[in-house]
Amino acid sequence: MRFGFTEEQDELRRSVRRVLDDAGGVAAARRVMLAGGNHDTATWQRLARDLGLAGLVVPERHGGAGLGWVEVIAVMEELGRALACVPFLSSSVLSTAAILAAGSDDQQQQILPPLARGDVTAALAWLEIGGDPDPATITTTARPAPGGHVLLDGKKRFVIDGASADLLLVVARAPGTTGTDGLGLYEVPGGASGLRRHRLPTMDATRALAEVVLADVRVPETSRLGGDATGWPTIARALERGQVALAAEQVGAAQRCLDLGIEYAQVRHQFGRPIGSFQAIQHSLAELFVMVESARSAAYYAGWAAEHADPDEATETTACAAAFCADACFHVAAETIQVHGGIGFTWEHDAHLYFKRARAGRTVLGSPSFHREQLARRLGLGVDPDETTAPEAV
Amino acid sequence: MQLRFSAEDEAFRAEVRRWLDERLHGDYRHLRGRGGPGREHEMVEERRAWERVLGEAGWIGLGWPAAAGGKGAPLLRQVIFHEEYARARAPGRLGHIGEYLLAPTIAALGTRAQQEKFLPPIARGEQLWCQGYSEPGAGSDLAGVTTRAELVGHTRRVTGQKIWTSHAHLADWCFVLCRTSASPAAKRHEGLSYLLVPMRQDGITVRPIRQLTGTAEFCEVFFDGARTPEDHVIGAVGQGWKVAMATLSFERGASTLGQQIGFAAELDAIIHAARHNGADRDPQLRQRIADAWIGLRVMRWNALRVLGHGEGGELPREALGSKLSWSTWHRRLGELAMDVLGAEAEIIAAAPYALTPLQETFLFSRADTIYAGSSEIQKNIIAARALGLPRGPT
Repeated sequence: MRFGFTEEQDELRRSVRRVLDDAGGVAAARRVMLAGGNHDTATWQRLARDLGLAGLVVPERHGGAGLGWVEVIAVMEELGRALACVPFLSSSVLSTAAILAAGSDDQQQQILPPLARGDVTAALAWLEIGGDPDPATITTTARPAPGGHVLLDGKKRFVIDGASADLLLVVARAPGTTGTDGLGLYEVPGGASGLRRHRLPTMDATRALAEVVLADVRVPETSRLGGDATGWPTIARALERGQVALAAEQVGAAQRCLDLGIEYAQVRHQFGRPIGSFQAIQHSLAELFVMVESARSAAYYAGWAAEHADPDEATETTACAAAFCADACFHVAAETIQVHGGIGFTWEHDAHLYFKRARAGRTVLGSPSFHREQLARRLGLGVDPDETTAPEAV
Repeated sequence: MQLRFSAEDEAFRAEVRRWLDERLHGDYRHLRGRGGPGREHEMVEERRAWERVLGEAGWIGLGWPAAAGGKGAPLLRQVIFHEEYARARAPGRLGHIGEYLLAPTIAALGTRAQQEKFLPPIARGEQLWCQGYSEPGAGSDLAGVTTRAELVGHTRRVTGQKIWTSHAHLADWCFVLCRTSASPAAKRHEGLSYLLVPMRQDGITVRPIRQLTGTAEFCEVFFDGARTPEDHVIGAVGQGWKVAMATLSFERGASTLGQQIGFAAELDAIIHAARHNGADRDPQLRQRIADAWIGLRVMRWNALRVLGHGEGGELPREALGSKLSWSTWHRRLGELAMDVLGAEAEIIAAAPYALTPLQETFLFSRADTIYAGSSEIQKNIIAARALGLPRGPT
């Protein structure tokens, strides 16, 4: 029984941290924010090319490092700690997982090598207006067109890095289908005719979200990843990988918040003593500590399960980690502002950057209440008794 | 990360399971599910006999060092034993205070003569122990104990009062934290000793405390010149505080996963009730049930993570949150159970005050966040040891 990382995994983590620290940590995110940019491009180039993060989980035969989801956890924790503005989650995790899950070998061979090199980035266009993660609400259609083509029509929102990606992976359904039926994943070049996209102005300026409008965008039939055989379950599996990665990012961000709070509680004096000597502050920070450590256990376990557990356990584990880490990160970030008092309310202090990232993380890949509802249904709650049976609790 | 038990461990599990099943579906089947927190009054004499059965089979002292007459089993084997014990719904232990608290203390800090006198009867399941720590004036502030033990010739005479002593009415012996120095100590933690006192004697009166559950599993113990030989001190005279703290540090979390199996059974009962009475149609209750499920999972992963550190050295920091987590979770589970049952939650099993199992969970769990270090004390400990925050005003 060993819950920790290997020496190689720790070294990867340290390398990522070094690059991010060199870039100035959260100061880099502030620079991107101030410039209104999508990414810290220079840092991404170092991470993507020098450290090979762009192709971290891409198999070696497609030009990647061939590593796994435990490595992704370590990397995401560091990216969360620095609120790094890089397309790792959107391109190297979500899109790559989708291509790996859905793409035929030929498609993988065609798409993955440039992604793995960091030459291009991809984004997964999944949510639509309102951002409901229920796939039944997807209305974007994929209509067969003459000459072996498909016309994609609809509007996607909340697409992470969707305005800057070179390649979009669009979830669309066959006309007339409902629920999870008829859903497929289509590869769309960023310059496709009929494709319009723009970045959405967001509270959290450290992660770029886009709206993507597809007005009868014509793509060849062969751009459907995996062809007709690949549907929603495959896409859902890729989203799960993203959810695990996001949970780890939230752990890294929450840990950084807690560190800031502990540090401040020792230097800030009131009533002639450090505020960290007062039980009110101590107990608040102690609760945050338990929350962060629990979130860490959840994210690590989910990373392990993504690689080693059967798909059913991985799904359940992911939902648990996603809900728990999103809640924990938000609560920790909120309390960090409180512990800092007035200074924590300023634009100058970093607390709000973490708080806003934590807020955004609650909806970008499904909300905690959505994940809990999924779990409840797995437990046979709120469903027709014949529909499912409850697994054992432990 | 390696988060599975080995094949050898699983073989050991099968052996434990077979042994328990043979007995608990055979001669001892009436003991299944009896005893334990909130149910200590059940089948006491039969459970006393069960302790000897466990002892004869060699299951007591699994984790004690071989040099002290134990099996020296690795931590994971102990974990497996606890898991299987819980899964088999084997009866609540009466000998656990002797086996898990006193014996490791004697093995580590006792003399050879003390080990030879006290450990074998515990290992045989013949001698039951209770812990004399808390006093009416020393609850969270344990160093405030005033029970004193004067040396008269070669005998210690103990005078004072202990409270919240589990199993005092059944125990043969008590380990008592008491004052052995006549002069007032410079520090309150000095002048204390860890004394072993036989319970069956004239100078001791035991009075059960009726709790809000209506049952009585804790006692008050009055010492009025109770006698014990002067060599029944563990560690040196005056070193009682260190010994008492050592006793608490022997807890390596071996029983945590077993405890969680009991929790899972309670949660399963709630899920079953919600599906049966339609409470699962209430989305808020569904969310809370899913949240409880997540909380239980996260506690399991926390426990695996702590176990992954192995048995040597300091307990990892994240282990400090364990008591706070499970007690808070369990208390909330009791509240959830009542909300799921709705109006029927009010109706007890039988007059005058027999409770249903979920009512027992609801009421007894109020004690969880108080005994063995209240939640407030747990947070103080986390603030000091895990976060390094400065001491508060005292």
